[in-house]
Amino acid sequence: MRYILKRLGFYLLAGWVALTLNFFLPRLMPGDPATALFARFRGMLGPEALDALRETFGLTDAPLIMQYFTYLGHVLQGDLGISVAYFPSPVLDVIQGGLVWTVLLAGSALIISFVIGSLLGVAAAWWRFGRIDSLAPPLSALLGAFPYFWLAMVALYIFGFKFGWFPLGHAYSDAVTPGFNAAFIADVARHAVLPVGTVVIATIGGWLLTMRNTMVMVLGMDYVNLARAKGLSPSRVALRYAARNALIPSVTGFGMALGFVLGGSLLTEIVFSYPGQGYLLVQAVRSQDYALMQGIFLIITLAVLGANFIVDLVSLWLDPRIRETTS
Amino acid sequence: MTAKRPGTISGLSAWIDAVRHDKRAAVGAGIIVFFILLALFGPLLVGDPNDLVGVPLQPPSAQHLLGTTGQGQDVFAQLVVGTRTSLLIGFSVGLTVVLVGALIGVTAGYAGGRVDGLLSLLFNVFLVIPGLPLAIVIAAYLPSGPLTLGFVLVIAGWAWNARVLRAQTLALRNRDFVAASVVAGESGWRIVTAEILPNMTSLLVSQVIGGTVYAIGAQVGLEFLGLGDVSAVTWGTNLYWAQNDSALLTGAWWTFAPTGLCVALVGFGLTMLNSGFDEITNPRLRLERAWRAYLTARNQRPGRSTPVVAMGDDNV
Repeated sequence: MRYILKRLGFYLLAGWVALTLNFFLPRLMPGDPATALFARFRGMLGPEALDALRETFGLTDAPLIMQYFTYLGHVLQGDLGISVAYFPSPVLDVIQGGLVWTVLLAGSALIISFVIGSLLGVAAAWWRFGRIDSLAPPLSALLGAFPYFWLAMVALYIFGFKFGWFPLGHAYSDAVTPGFNAAFIADVARHAVLPVGTVVIATIGGWLLTMRNTMVMVLGMDYVNLARAKGLSPSRVALRYAARNALIPSVTGFGMALGFVLGGSLLTEIVFSYPGQGYLLVQAVRSQDYALMQGIFLIITLAVLGANFIVDLVSLWLDPRIRETTS
Repeated sequence: MTAKRPGTISGLSAWIDAVRHDKRAAVGAGIIVFFILLALFGPLLVGDPNDLVGVPLQPPSAQHLLGTTGQGQDVFAQLVVGTRTSLLIGFSVGLTVVLVGALIGVTAGYAGGRVDGLLSLLFNVFLVIPGLPLAIVIAAYLPSGPLTLGFVLVIAGWAWNARVLRAQTLALRNRDFVAASVVAGESGWRIVTAEILPNMTSLLVSQVIGGTVYAIGAQVGLEFLGLGDVSAVTWGTNLYWAQNDSALLTGAWWTFAPTGLCVALVGFGLTMLNSGFDEITNPRLRLERAWRAYLTARNQRPGRSTPVVAMGDDNV
């Protein structure tokens, strides 16, 4: 329990750091931030929108500390400002529209990659020096070296453009009506194959190697030898005895990898014009929509912090030693 | 007094050893040397990469080895010239993240107590904030250019190095030779620079290599988003223009395929160099390899639980 509270406190602190960074960033711009920001938007925005923007970022003549509290108040109420690129939608609405696609893409890619990669890692360690074990590490190193979005471009070119097996972009086609129906779900799945596939290919090697290396160590432990000596079936020894314990570093790494994989999948979205956060982000960068950009940064950070907390809970459940050392 | 025993390899000499004895390290080193030479001399051999030399989107031919871009520039010339900037930013960022990481990590590990608590909190927070989105928001506010790019990459990337180096410093701090220096009355600064850092040389070098892999990948990603200087010729901006000119939908694979391959080759080469080096300096891997050779020599297959011999204090 103390451990959970401690982690929760840490994530709250990290969230606060992200909020504060977000506040100071516009003020990092050379010159007076308020004028610089508004000079950019003049002509694009009506006076009310400018005022709204000014309000959200607390860019007033009040002292900095007051501006900071105004800003915090707005953020806590979910007011992230007005988007310029999608004027006059509030930033939060724009982000919400794309959130489900990012979660779908990055989430399913992470889980598929983690499960398959870890299983392959178990196999590589179990049949040590076998075919998987000798082929997988260099192959993973090679695949891991490609930028995600470049793999996405190649996949799109070969399977989308050349062979026409998969659609060239977007999350679903105009022909289907969004909703909970079979046609729509099948269409979404068809659109997701290439983006998810490329992220899986780019990340699978990392899980494989981590799992393989820990598994090799665990297989040398006495309790595994004992389990084998008792005559337990090989699959039981491999999965229930060795793999379960070897999984711990991978799960810890899962939290760390989350932010990284998300970054890669944001870039992949751009290649596929997949309407998630990455696609919104590039629209925001191109139209200098600072409010949207910062909103996306904030939401992504909070999502990653939340997911990390869940990972902590899972490792607590997997590894009783954490419970013992902190209680 | 760096504790060196006969037969123990550490520091830079180990790298030379790795390249000489390990196949992977040799392959990696070969790739990297090739690209460094390309970055140094290549731009002198090709024409101005911004020259409009032919009809846009021509496939590779004898005249334009890798075809032309959507604007009619020579893809090969752009690739070669881009190598220079991309590698330069990559290596300098790789070096800087390790410097920053070492400054904070070693200070935390050596000072301990409240300083350690505070600095550890700092890098743990930076580790958990997603790097790419952070880099993007910062870069969007600063004037675009290589300096901005380098700056945001360092901000987003230093924390991992700090964490690893702190752990290593903690481990070294408890060694007898450090305790001896403390008793001998050496200053903290001297202990860090003369006792602790020299014993981490191999780790530091491998971190610089890892940092460079990170920097090149992240830099290409940011430039692909249009956050670099889009008028400069680098690997990332090449891909940015390829995407912007809808290279994919016109089937112009030559505008993006070669650049990505080069990024991957450099990353692969650096990773191979690192893992080959690890094989040479990591006592456990070294032992495992010897054990494997011993078994194979006697026509036996290694079992599932190859004994991992405890190396104790031997791996200084």
